Amino acid sequence: MDWSLPLNLSTQGVVIDRLFWIIAVLTGVAFILVEAGIIWFSIKYRRRDGQKAHYTHGSKKAEIIWTAVPAVILAVLGIYSGGVWADIRGASALPQDALTFNVVAKQFEWNITYPGSDGRIDTADDFVVRNQFHFPANEPVIVRLESEDVIHSFFVPELRVKQDAVPGMTIPIWFEATGTGEYQIACAELCGLGHYSMDAQVVIHDRADFDAWSAGQAAGN
Amino acid sequence: MAHAAAATAGRAHERGLDVYTQKVGMWIFLCSEVMFFAGLIGSYIVLRFGASDAWGEPGEVLNVPVTAVNTFILICSSVTMVKAFAAAQEGDQKSIKIYTLATAALGALFLGVQGYEYTELILHSEWQGSHGFTPQAGLYGATFFTMTGFHGFHVFLGVVFLSWASIRAFRGHWGPNNYQGLEVLGLYWHFVDLVWIILFTIVYLI
Amino acid sequence: MATIVAEGTGQAILEEHHPQTFLRKYMFSTDHKIIAIQFLIYTLFFLMIGGFLAIMMRYQIAWPDQTLPGGGILPESMVASGYMLPEFYNSLVTMHGSIMVFLAIMPMLVGVYANYLIPLQIGADDMAFPRLNMMSFWLMVPAGLLTLASFFVVGGAASSGWTLYAPLSARPDLSGVELGQIYWLLALVLIGLSSILGSVNYITTVINMRAPGMTWFRMPLTVWALFITAILGLLAMPVLSAAGIMLLFDQTIGTTFFLPEGGGQPLLWQHLFWFFGHPEVYILILPAMGFTSEIIAAGSRKPVFGYHAMVWAIISIAFLGFVVWGHHMFQSGMNPMLGLSFTISTLLIAVPSAIKTFNWMGTMWRGNLHFHTAMLFAVGFVAMFAIGGLSGIFMASTPVDIYIHDTYFIVAHIHYVLFGGSLFALFGAIYYWFPKMFGRMMNEKLGKVHFWLTLIFFNLVFFPMHGVGMAGMMRRIYDSSGYAHLQGIQDTNALITFAALGLYASGFLFAFNFFWSMKKGKKAEANPWNATTLEWQTPSPPMHGNWAETPVVYHGPHEFSHPDVEDKDWLAQNERPDVVSPAGGGH
Repeated sequence: MDWSLPLNLSTQGVVIDRLFWIIAVLTGVAFILVEAGIIWFSIKYRRRDGQKAHYTHGSKKAEIIWTAVPAVILAVLGIYSGGVWADIRGASALPQDALTFNVVAKQFEWNITYPGSDGRIDTADDFVVRNQFHFPANEPVIVRLESEDVIHSFFVPELRVKQDAVPGMTIPIWFEATGTGEYQIACAELCGLGHYSMDAQVVIHDRADFDAWSAGQAAGN
Repeated sequence: MAHAAAATAGRAHERGLDVYTQKVGMWIFLCSEVMFFAGLIGSYIVLRFGASDAWGEPGEVLNVPVTAVNTFILICSSVTMVKAFAAAQEGDQKSIKIYTLATAALGALFLGVQGYEYTELILHSEWQGSHGFTPQAGLYGATFFTMTGFHGFHVFLGVVFLSWASIRAFRGHWGPNNYQGLEVLGLYWHFVDLVWIILFTIVYLI
Repeated sequence: MATIVAEGTGQAILEEHHPQTFLRKYMFSTDHKIIAIQFLIYTLFFLMIGGFLAIMMRYQIAWPDQTLPGGGILPESMVASGYMLPEFYNSLVTMHGSIMVFLAIMPMLVGVYANYLIPLQIGADDMAFPRLNMMSFWLMVPAGLLTLASFFVVGGAASSGWTLYAPLSARPDLSGVELGQIYWLLALVLIGLSSILGSVNYITTVINMRAPGMTWFRMPLTVWALFITAILGLLAMPVLSAAGIMLLFDQTIGTTFFLPEGGGQPLLWQHLFWFFGHPEVYILILPAMGFTSEIIAAGSRKPVFGYHAMVWAIISIAFLGFVVWGHHMFQSGMNPMLGLSFTISTLLIAVPSAIKTFNWMGTMWRGNLHFHTAMLFAVGFVAMFAIGGLSGIFMASTPVDIYIHDTYFIVAHIHYVLFGGSLFALFGAIYYWFPKMFGRMMNEKLGKVHFWLTLIFFNLVFFPMHGVGMAGMMRRIYDSSGYAHLQGIQDTNALITFAALGLYASGFLFAFNFFWSMKKGKKAEANPWNATTLEWQTPSPPMHGNWAETPVVYHGPHEFSHPDVEDKDWLAQNERPDVVSPAGGGH
């Protein structure tokens, strides 16, 4: 029973996980207060013969407190979330001159276009590999997501990355891996009967290995 | 609905809206209709902004003069509807008959012209190099036929109810004590008219 | 002696002189109470179907490499040589959600209880438009039949998720489903029409047919909740109908509203769907909140804590419900800057929900709590809804949503709200109002066993799903064995499936209690719970026309334990003030 967030391997994952655990603590406290209150009241005020309930229509003071406290906490959380969100997905958050890949989803595979030896996408030396996504660690990379048929969703749990790929749109996202290794892309949006098996291999290299792999692929083509 | 009116007329009530129940019901139903057309019109606006080259210039495919006349017909039917209602309140039986029937007839005429317009578009027009402007003719055709078609369907329902109201008129059903049905039908009819004026503007003229 | 008013004459005649055929009385009845019971039977049937689909789904998730027991009786298009096919699994996912939302929970909350309770709680003799009311039930019948039939047509039932995301839902060549999708869209249009007609009826009735003295702020919270719900339905359903019709055209006559090949926009579908879909979420929870308020007040023998705040909370939830739809679409490719505004509105909407939770606890505080089955379910509702509300905060935070969107975390959240919330409240409502509906009590012992089994199994099913979601398990996955990151949670998935079987089985205990009590239950008095609202001040079950004479209302809805009332701990809304004269009577 492994009920935890999987290993995190991205810079964005650090802040996402931190925010997750902040919310977990806040909601955990609220959860314990509410559930303990319900159980305590249920026992303490259970029916007793001859006992008459306390007649009240409410308390303005109490109601103001329990409106204001959640409102303030939620407002702070909203503003903090908004800042983190802008760092990840904001219009100016996309890094300049980062290594760029095109990822085109279709039922039920991922086709990745690599920038080739010049390091630039949309040039003559680009090459395409099906269901294999290799990229270098420790530098930001951009993925331009597209779909050929229906909506898919590009999900790599260890990178804390998820973004729908929508036909007719090109959606750029970025991330920076902090370690190397082999993982998987999963499709997170129901896309048809092969949805469950629409996975692809993710291989994160250090930069030298990536360049070597890329050169090998280009030569092979 | 006569049952509801009778069943509640005799009872005491807390003050609600000082309007009889059927009229409240129609107002509320029309709110829902507003949202239905808002869904269609909103989609039209989004789609048109997203792909403006898929739309023709005003008058390029659609026959604006004929539809302008048709719009005028529908506006006239709203006038006759008002007259029918006024006649019912005054108890002028002859006018009730004339004006309810006229409203139904003008509604039917509108549908006839729309039918002619559809036939011409589908069979005898050119759009983006292919013959016939159909619901399959890109987003322009799809939104045009969906929006005007659903409006036409509402007019059709209105004509059915107006025919029923006319039959009742000829049986002397409507009068100063029994005009609610006509008034409620009138609300619906004016709404349908209003929707058409909006559709005519954004689909034909812009 | 029961009297009704004869059609068109305005003259009272005795009911006995007005014999009705079985067909008029039980099938094509215009009596709101009979229509409510028709809806109840209908929705319980679909609750059972929807649950069964979930059980098949769970089996596949827990043991993807094994054959489905008893699967041999299903056609080859669903189960081939003993193994469930992925296309059938996708249909199960889709139709479980669709049936539960549109044919079970929503019509049970609204069709059953708005119909039954609104006239009785405001002191009206029926709905404003009884025949329209009958029509809104009979529109649901073909919708249900189409839904059931869709499983057995070529290609099987709809399989693009209950959210019907285009282009998958619009392209039979990509989904493999053509007729099933069309059947479901047609059913959806019928359901929309039924719901709109119902809403017109409920709203009109509440506005214009309240008994003398039933001012707006003397209305029971159930009526408030159902009234606001009806407004949400009235304004949200037509948008779904419009979108559904466009999708149907894409599917059948070759338009391209949502297909990019023809210039259409897949995201437009999502905007339209969620513009309906989020108010729909509140349609599914507001009535449950109303029932809970009522049952907790009666069970605690106390007035609802902060009645006015409760009303304003319902109204603000409804209003904000129309401006939060984008929070379903943070990862959809929508402009990310819209995300921030939707985050704010979403977190705002959590505030009234928190107010309500604290007010329920305030109602219990210093009460004299009678834990009958209905009260157990109502308190259970508060405890479970709190979890569902809190887990929603994770998704409202956009960065966290990047990770948990489309995982089982969301599945856990929605079920804590819709099962732990809506369905717990509905079970409470059934136990509570059963005596009024059928004139007999449900068995309390069985009821309590049913409650504890439901509570335990429910939490065993859905709490671990948070963990499964944290581990990164995607929704709607037919077989997770191909994913390295999901290997560690397969034992949890098996546990969930065992618990789901228990949960489903305890439903049959309820069904047995329900039907057995209908025939053999203890006879119910007019007011078995010593409650204050008007429906308890007329016989169980009420006669045709509801009242021997029109009630006159003098007090607020929940006057329990009033200090000036000596001999009992409740004061009915229509008890005359010269008999008892409390100081703080409502308003």
